[in-house]
Amino acid sequence: MTATLERPVSGPRGRTAIRLGSASVLLRWRHLLVPLVTLVVLVLVSAVSIGRGDFPIAIPDVLRTLVGLGEGPQNFIVLQLRAPRVIVGLLVGLALGVAGALFQTFARNPLASPDTLGITIGASVGAVAALVLSGGSSVGAVLGGFGVPLAALCGALVTGVLLFVLAWRAGVDGYRLVLVGIALWSVGSALVDWLLTNAQVYDAAAAYVWITGSLNARTWDQAVPLAIALAVLVPLALAAGRALSVLQFGDDTARGLGLRLAGAQTAVVLLAVALTAAAVSAAGPITFVALVVPQVAVRLTGGSRPPLLASGLIGAVLVVSADLVTRTALPEALPVGILTAVIGAPYLLWLLVRGRRRSTL
Amino acid sequence: MTSTSTEPAVRHDPVAAPGRVRLAAEHVRLAYDERVVVHDLDLELTDGSFTAIVGPNGCGKSTLLRALGRLLRPSGGQVLLDGRAIARTPTREVARVLGLLPQSPIAPEGLTVADLVARGRHPHQSWLRQWSRDDETVVAEALEWTDMAGLAERPVDELSGGQRQRAWISMALAQGTDLLLLDEPTTYLDLAHQIDVLELVGRLHAERGRTVAVVLHDLNLAARYAQRLVAMKDGVLVASGTPAQVLTEELLADVFDLEARIVPDPVAGTPMVVPVRRLR
Repeated sequence: MTATLERPVSGPRGRTAIRLGSASVLLRWRHLLVPLVTLVVLVLVSAVSIGRGDFPIAIPDVLRTLVGLGEGPQNFIVLQLRAPRVIVGLLVGLALGVAGALFQTFARNPLASPDTLGITIGASVGAVAALVLSGGSSVGAVLGGFGVPLAALCGALVTGVLLFVLAWRAGVDGYRLVLVGIALWSVGSALVDWLLTNAQVYDAAAAYVWITGSLNARTWDQAVPLAIALAVLVPLALAAGRALSVLQFGDDTARGLGLRLAGAQTAVVLLAVALTAAAVSAAGPITFVALVVPQVAVRLTGGSRPPLLASGLIGAVLVVSADLVTRTALPEALPVGILTAVIGAPYLLWLLVRGRRRSTL
Repeated sequence: MTSTSTEPAVRHDPVAAPGRVRLAAEHVRLAYDERVVVHDLDLELTDGSFTAIVGPNGCGKSTLLRALGRLLRPSGGQVLLDGRAIARTPTREVARVLGLLPQSPIAPEGLTVADLVARGRHPHQSWLRQWSRDDETVVAEALEWTDMAGLAERPVDELSGGQRQRAWISMALAQGTDLLLLDEPTTYLDLAHQIDVLELVGRLHAERGRTVAVVLHDLNLAARYAQRLVAMKDGVLVASGTPAQVLTEELLADVFDLEARIVPDPVAGTPMVVPVRRLR
C-alpha cells in the first residue's frame, strides 16, 4: 500500500487528498497550520509563565525540566509549584475553546457559549452555595463536604441537563437552545446574588474570587482529574467533527444527507456540557473564552464553522497568557477571568473590523 | 392537442403504470402536533418518472414531500422506499438512494460552493473513507454538469438566487441518488432563473435517469416540465395524471377557486392556464 498525496483536479484550493489503500482524508492546510503554530505559541507562553515568579527560571531551563532533565530545586519549583497552575489554565482553555466551538456550530449562532447558555452560572450556583452555606444549614454542610469543585461540577451538569431537557422538542433547535439558556442564566445569576447577599462577608469574598475564575493555588489535585476528563472528552469531540459539518446545515438538509439528527444533537450538547463542567469545576467560570475563541479560530482557518482543534489550542493560549499577564505585569494579582475578556474582546473586534465576514457563523 | 380536453382527471395514473414503484405513500396521514394536514393519501412514484405536485397554499403538498423524504413521520400509514418502510430503514441508507432539496435551504456563512457540493458525498463517506477518488470525481463532475465549476471557490452566501439554487442542485447531484425530491426550487427566482432551474432538473431526469418529484407553484411550468401532475386540495389527492388530464377548467375551479381558460402552450404544446378571475 502506498500513500498518495494529490491536489484535487478541479476543485478546492488549499487542500490535499491523502489516500492509503481504501482510507482517505482531505487535508486543509490552514486547518493544520493554524493548530501547529498555536501549539508552538502555547508551549512558549507556558514556558515563560512557568519561568516567571519570585525565583525566575530561563525558558530553556523550564523546558529541560519539563521533559525530565531538571535539577533539585528547579525540579521542585517547576513541577510542584508552578506547572500545575499553568497546566490547569491550559486544560481549562482547551476545554472551553472546544466546548464553545461545539455550542456555536450546533446552535448555528455565534452567541451560543457556556456563558450565555447558563452552564457556567449553574456551576457558580453550586460553588457559591458550597462556600456560603457550608457553615450553616444541613444542606450546606452536605454541599460543603463535597468541596467547591464538585459542587461546581454538579451545578454545571444539572444546568446542562436542564438546558437540554427544556430545549428538547423532537430535536433541539438552536434558537430555542439559546433562549432557554438565557432564561437559565437569569435564574442562576439571581440565585448567586441571593446567596451572596445572605453570606458572611468573608465567605462572600471567597465566593466572589471563585465567580471571576481564578487559577490561584491550583495543584496537581485539580490538574490530574481535569486531564483525565479531557483525555476522554476531547477525542470524542473531534470524532463528532464529521457530524458537525453536516449538522451546521438546517435540520432538513442534515437529515437528507443521512445524519441521525437526534442522536448527533444529543451527543454534541452533552459533550459540550461535560467539557464546560470539567473546566469550570477546576478554575471557576473563566468567562468569554468559549464565546470569543471559536470566532477567532474560524477567522484564522477560514471555512464555515469554528474548527475544534484550533479553538481548543487558541483557548489554551488565551487562558495561559491572561494568567501570565495577571501574575506578572499587573500590580495586584487579579483573577484570570477578568483578563481573558480584556485580551479576547479587542482581538475579536479587530478581526471583525478587518474581515468582511459578518458576525454570524 | 388534448390540452383543452375536458375528460375527467383519473385517479389511476396511466403514466405511472409501467415501471417499478420506487417511492410510495400508503394511507399516509400527516399531522403537525394535533393539526392533521394530510388525510389517508396514496401516491406512487415509479422509476424514471418526473412528477410535479401542485395545489393551493396550505394544501399539504410540501408536507407530503417532507413525508416522502422521511423528514416527517406519518401519524398513520407508511412510506415505502423500494418496498421497504422508510421509517425503519437506516437514514444513511436512505440518503444513498433518496436526495432532497428543502425549500430555501440554509448554507452556513463562508461555505464555498465546492464545500457545499462535497458535503453531498456525506452518506458515502465514513471515518476511514473521508475523501475517496470517487468522491472527488463525482463532485468535480457535478460542478461541471451544473455549470458551477467556475464559481467553485465562491462562498454560497455571496451567490445570486439562481446560482445558489444551482449549487444546491449540484450538491443533490453529487449525492448520487436515484430519487430526488425538490420543494419549490423556483421560489424567489425571476422567470428566467425559474426556467434555468427547471431545465436543469429536467436534464437530471432525461439525461441522468433520475426519478424526480417536485412541488411547484407555477402550473404552466409544472405542465411543461413534468410528465405527471398530482393535484392536492385540503390534504387530499384530487387528481393525478398527465398535465393534459389534470389541468382542466373544472379542476382549476374546484382546487384553486379559479376561473380560467386552458390553451395549448404555443411552444411546448402542453396545457397553459390563462386565469380569468377568482371564484367565490
